[in-house]
Amino acid sequence: MASQTILQKLEILADAAKYDASCASSGTAKKNSLGGKGIGSTEGMGICHAYAPDGRCISLLKILLTNHCVFDCHYCVNRKSSNVARARFTPQEVVDLTLAFYRRNYIEGLFLSSGIVKSSNHTMEQIVEVARILREEHDFRGYIHLKTIPEADAEIVHQAGLYADRVSINVELPTDGGLIRLAPDKDARQIEGAMGKVKADLVEAKDARKRFRHAPRFAPAGQSTQMIVGADAASDADIVGKASRLYDNFRLRRVYYSAFSPIPDASAVLPLKRPPLIREHRLYQSDWLMRFYGYKPTEVMQATEADGNLPLDIDPKLAWALKFREQFPLDVNRASREQLLRVPGLGVKAVNKIIASRRHRNLRLDDVALLTQSITKVRPFICTVDWRPITLTDRADLRSLLAPKTEQLELFAA
Amino acid sequence: MRSSRSLSGVKLGTYYVVHMPEPDDFDFWRERARGLIQCDVPPDRIAWVELGGSGDLFAHGKRRMPVPPKDAPPVRANRRFISLARNATLHSDPERFALLYRLLWRLQANPRIMEDKADLDVRKLEELDKNVRRDSHKMHAFVRFRLVEDEEGAEHYVAWFEPDHHILRANAGFFMRRFSNMRWSILTPRGSLHWDGETMAEGPPADRSDAPSGDPTEDLWRSYYASIFNPARLKIGAMLKEMPKKYWKNMSEAALIPELVAGAQKRESAMVEKGTLEFEERPETLAAIDKAIHACRKCPIGQLDNHAVMGEGPQDAALMIVGEQPGDQEDQQGRPFVGPAGQLLDTHLEKVGIDRRAAYVTNTVKHFKYVQRGKRRIHQPPGAKEIDTCRWWIESERAIVQPKLILAMGASAARGMLGKTVSITKVRGEPIALEDGSELWVTAHPSYLLRLDGSAREEQARLFDADLAAVKERLEELAG
Repeated sequence: MASQTILQKLEILADAAKYDASCASSGTAKKNSLGGKGIGSTEGMGICHAYAPDGRCISLLKILLTNHCVFDCHYCVNRKSSNVARARFTPQEVVDLTLAFYRRNYIEGLFLSSGIVKSSNHTMEQIVEVARILREEHDFRGYIHLKTIPEADAEIVHQAGLYADRVSINVELPTDGGLIRLAPDKDARQIEGAMGKVKADLVEAKDARKRFRHAPRFAPAGQSTQMIVGADAASDADIVGKASRLYDNFRLRRVYYSAFSPIPDASAVLPLKRPPLIREHRLYQSDWLMRFYGYKPTEVMQATEADGNLPLDIDPKLAWALKFREQFPLDVNRASREQLLRVPGLGVKAVNKIIASRRHRNLRLDDVALLTQSITKVRPFICTVDWRPITLTDRADLRSLLAPKTEQLELFAA
Repeated sequence: MRSSRSLSGVKLGTYYVVHMPEPDDFDFWRERARGLIQCDVPPDRIAWVELGGSGDLFAHGKRRMPVPPKDAPPVRANRRFISLARNATLHSDPERFALLYRLLWRLQANPRIMEDKADLDVRKLEELDKNVRRDSHKMHAFVRFRLVEDEEGAEHYVAWFEPDHHILRANAGFFMRRFSNMRWSILTPRGSLHWDGETMAEGPPADRSDAPSGDPTEDLWRSYYASIFNPARLKIGAMLKEMPKKYWKNMSEAALIPELVAGAQKRESAMVEKGTLEFEERPETLAAIDKAIHACRKCPIGQLDNHAVMGEGPQDAALMIVGEQPGDQEDQQGRPFVGPAGQLLDTHLEKVGIDRRAAYVTNTVKHFKYVQRGKRRIHQPPGAKEIDTCRWWIESERAIVQPKLILAMGASAARGMLGKTVSITKVRGEPIALEDGSELWVTAHPSYLLRLDGSAREEQARLFDADLAAVKERLEELAG
């Protein structure tokens, strides 16, 4: 084991990190390396430096410091009782790798997580040490995302926030029951307590910067979390409810969903089969509806079916519109912004364009077609000067007319 | 208004030709366009010609610009137009300057035309802007530096990139701000940039062969790329949308893609196949469990020469007693708790007044784990992973019997119920609420008592009795 090369360790510890969904490098404070001794910049917009064949963006060097772990969470490939190859980086090795990749423009920065070795505090200290060397010894001004360990002391977590652009604590599972069952060493109250402390630190640092220009920043890209979908019995309604509570209580930037995916050496407590990938996609769509389209969590829940899950064949916005047909069709020349945002097939950009354009002309169906991706999807729900769907919205088979004909996302998933 | 103003420098029917010195020089275009607007030259009277473009077609056009009248009104353009036009200038579309002029011309009459998103010129401008922004963004993302050392051993990072549009100069600042303390060059077919840590220099168009052909760090990067990819979720379309094939030839990791995609289907089906051994339909009757555990080979214990031992007792029992695993006697007789530990258990149950026949008695692990020593089979405790694997069966039994109270004897049984290893001394004597509404009591395993002597055994026997008595009392409460 002692003779593992950097390449071998990287293979093991990148492989172990791939179940973390987030790779965002956006939304942090602007930095550049002009006038400094070091390297790096962040300009607000995240950059995806490559895409893997799983369609996910590679923006950060996403690795674990080690995949040794004293915890025994059943959904996790790195749990104590799992029979996988183990490896461990020193903080310096992670620093060297990060800089070598950054200098060649492969990455925006580092996303570091870790299995728990020795103790939560020891592990957290090692994670913080990597960030410290990068920031202090190499004047690194790229993006750093640190996974924090809820069981670690608040002081060390605070330290992490001073070096990192973003910190995250995973809630892991949507229900407390699921957590007890699948992550027996973790404690929901402790996780939420740690998120609450990070929120308090964020608020305090923001407040301090209003009064003192040089007050230290604390995780300027905020905090995020991740939950695993499909490993326990939680329905989409449960998940949406949990996510909105998390957004409200902890000022999260993002809640990431990770569809439980078959892991080597799985534990028998896990569910019978993995959820369809499309379920994760529908949850993200519902997340978008709440964040950008003005839907309340209860309204997203209205779009779910009898079992509490969002339909898989159509998106949640269309599902909602089909349930509340009496609100349509809407006149694109008169409807309010809030109303237009509810039209299936109209995105935020299209709505903005419609509102700007209708000051200049009475929009016809052809005009709307120019401003949207697909007029066929929009048509049943709108009126224009020259178009009225008449009976279309009342048709019983509207859903089957509008549902995509092929399951494109599952095409390769087999 | 406009037509009434005298066309001082312009003769009717005159064509003007503007030669652009650089394809991305927005300021030059703005200067020329302003003068032409002030002279009221309509869009269809101007040809905008790029270096190396088809200038000959317009040989009859005037190259000298008209002089705007002194009282010409200022040219109006809003901020939105300027910012889009600045980007659109970088586009490789030869019609871009004419489009910009046409829109600027129309802006004079309708200052809010940029808001009309359904206007074809506005749409075209927005499309050009979008293409250029995308090209710039992809440049930020996909430029790959390779490290070379010059004669003095100084580090020099060199990249080869092929942009679609004239974006190189406009993006120099991004790389300067990011890599300000590195010496780097970006070579493209449209020109090159060189930064030495202090100044930026522009160079002529380059060729791919001018750039270094490799870098040892790319091996690490490729192995990272291959490892971070999750073969359980192939989404080729999503990848292609953001990383079109045209970029692949200059990205070392892209060479792996065909191999990764081909391997993914195979790898995932292997993973799922391995998984389906464990993930199957939950049996719905005790008889079905009995049958299934005899066929179970999910862990190494099942591979030994032994027989599965099913739990026994009434299907509606309020109390479930769970031990660790069958021993030698149980394995031979096919019934739980019939060996020495079972006899001791019976004695203690009788003492506190619990009727074993009313309880459902079973084990956490269904097979006997042992090592062979001569003729004897010596008991071995099951590992954590073996217990977790076998939880599937005990959970199926729990789901059918639905006991109000579960008595777990020993650390293995406690793990089988809780999913984690607990200390008996810490958790005994107190109920633990379980997810399904039942409650769990933990005590020592009777075989533990068998291994003790003298006062230690007496002490443990007393504690064991106390636990059993508490369970009995609680059962009566629950029944109450």
